[in-house]
Amino acid sequence: MPTTAPTAHALADVTASDSTLRRFLHGLPGVDAVGLEARAASLGTRSIKTTAKAYAIDLAISMVDLTTLEGADTPGKVRALGAKAVRPDPTDRTTPATAAVCVYPDMVAVAKEAVAGSGVKVASVATAFPAGRAALEVKLADVRDAVAAGADEIDMVIDRGAFLAGKYLKVYDEIVAVKEACGTSARLKVIFETGELSTYDNIRRASWLGMLAGADFIKTSTGKVAVNATPANTLLMLEAVRDFRAQTGVQVGVKPAGGIRTTKDAVKFLVLVNETAGADWLDNHWFRFGASSLLNDLLMQRQKLATGRYSGPDYVTVD
Amino acid sequence: MSDEQRLSVFKTYKLYVGGKFPRSESGRVYEVTARTSAAEAAGKGKWLANAPQSSRKDARDAVVAARKAFGGWSGATAYNRGQVLYRVAEMLEGRREQFVREVADAEGLSKSKAAAVVDAAIDRWVWYAGWTDKIAQVIGGANPVAGPFFNLSSPEPTGVVAVLAPQESSFLGLVSVVAPVIATGNTAVVVASEKAPLPALSLGEVLATSDVPGGVVNILSGRTAEIAAPLAAHQDVNAIDLAGADETLAKELEIAAADNLKRVLRPQAVDYFRTPDTDRMTAFLETKTVWHPTGSLGASGSSY
Repeated sequence: MPTTAPTAHALADVTASDSTLRRFLHGLPGVDAVGLEARAASLGTRSIKTTAKAYAIDLAISMVDLTTLEGADTPGKVRALGAKAVRPDPTDRTTPATAAVCVYPDMVAVAKEAVAGSGVKVASVATAFPAGRAALEVKLADVRDAVAAGADEIDMVIDRGAFLAGKYLKVYDEIVAVKEACGTSARLKVIFETGELSTYDNIRRASWLGMLAGADFIKTSTGKVAVNATPANTLLMLEAVRDFRAQTGVQVGVKPAGGIRTTKDAVKFLVLVNETAGADWLDNHWFRFGASSLLNDLLMQRQKLATGRYSGPDYVTVD
Repeated sequence: MSDEQRLSVFKTYKLYVGGKFPRSESGRVYEVTARTSAAEAAGKGKWLANAPQSSRKDARDAVVAARKAFGGWSGATAYNRGQVLYRVAEMLEGRREQFVREVADAEGLSKSKAAAVVDAAIDRWVWYAGWTDKIAQVIGGANPVAGPFFNLSSPEPTGVVAVLAPQESSFLGLVSVVAPVIATGNTAVVVASEKAPLPALSLGEVLATSDVPGGVVNILSGRTAEIAAPLAAHQDVNAIDLAGADETLAKELEIAAADNLKRVLRPQAVDYFRTPDTDRMTAFLETKTVWHPTGSLGASGSSY
């Protein structure tokens, strides 16, 4: 589905000026926080067993953006991560590959080489990740650098300072500029850092702002703050992409990131996707998990289903 | 006041996993009854409590908790472990009356016999507490080798140990199998005696209030065969003590345990009143041997 110029028809006038944009974002219905959390919690109680569980585990593995975003990342570590993304469980060849590896821009070339020919994508964080505190030119250079190195996906952070100060058009223009820098080759994921946005209303506004500006994915968090992806904020973003498609016909993906560590959590998120956005999003083109330790738990659960014996951390790689 | 009838407060017995007291994940409980010769003849004893009936998921959670605790506990100094185990004995002493009552009910003993059992169990903790920083000297040491090397062997804890506590000796037997496992730095998942789990569940409360880190000992009650099967097959359990398994169950579990080469301690007839030897400790130790150059250039010697 083409995602360029999504606002051409339905919502073109919204972004005409700072005041129209503010009027639109503040005109979005307020979020019922208690209802949202209750809904997310009740969807988390579904019992997913046997064949459905096996399907969910394989789907979740194929949706993982295997991530390493540490100051101590070495080329060797990135290569190891790439090998794991391509073949998560070398002892079982039926295990699907993950969706992508997610690295810093300077590691894109190394990662690209490690996953060459496998279909696994390389995602790169950019725009002065994770704080996003840099001049626009610096951010754009960061993006161009990653794209030139071969990144298939760019994970940008929004300027939370400007967003919280109410300068929505500044945030909008920045996303548009980054989208342009991505060109046609890279898909753009926009990170809101929901843990820093204070309210659910702000998360809803940020989601619409990002989608209006042309995001291919909206992503919860960087994984670098205390509160990362939660079922409630992901549910809210799923509602936003559902409503956005209903209004504009443009489908946008969602990526919860950070804090999802167990298979149980991942399956809860998949239930949220299916019940909120719908089965169209149950594909790694439209839904991702930003995670690192989650994959090991998924693999251990997969081994448990296959053998009937509980597995342990000795049977998956340490990364 | 005195003629007023007071409602007694019943105790809810719960599992002890990861330093917390959860109910069984399955929500199941089973009836625990007192054991007396008269009751046995009639086929029914006095109801004591509902104990949680653990499921395989409780076993899995316990293993995760034990694995998490292993690094800290095995890395603690042997002296520190000794202090902590001694503290357990201190706490047991303070709850002596409670354990005497529970053991008397569980095993159908007179009060004085039950008191002897509890005293022996407390002494057993102290005995093993003393061993923590001595076992390495006794079974490790320097090996003579034909070469210019220091060659040193030292015992290391094997990891997470599943312990099926003895069925008959619900408290002294339990202490006699749990203490040696954790004294050397292992962490334990303990399956309490099926018919008499209450002293074991109360031991969890004692461990929680002494300085034993959460997860070092995890206590499950329920059907031994049901809980033991997933533990024996679990790939992240390093050893299993089959003290509480009957002959058929022990055989099945040993076969399941072979898959990841678990260390297996087979059931054997033990008089738990006798002072033990070091066998129960060494069963769950592995020997690490280190070769280190002495720095000399060999038998011929150096001219400078």
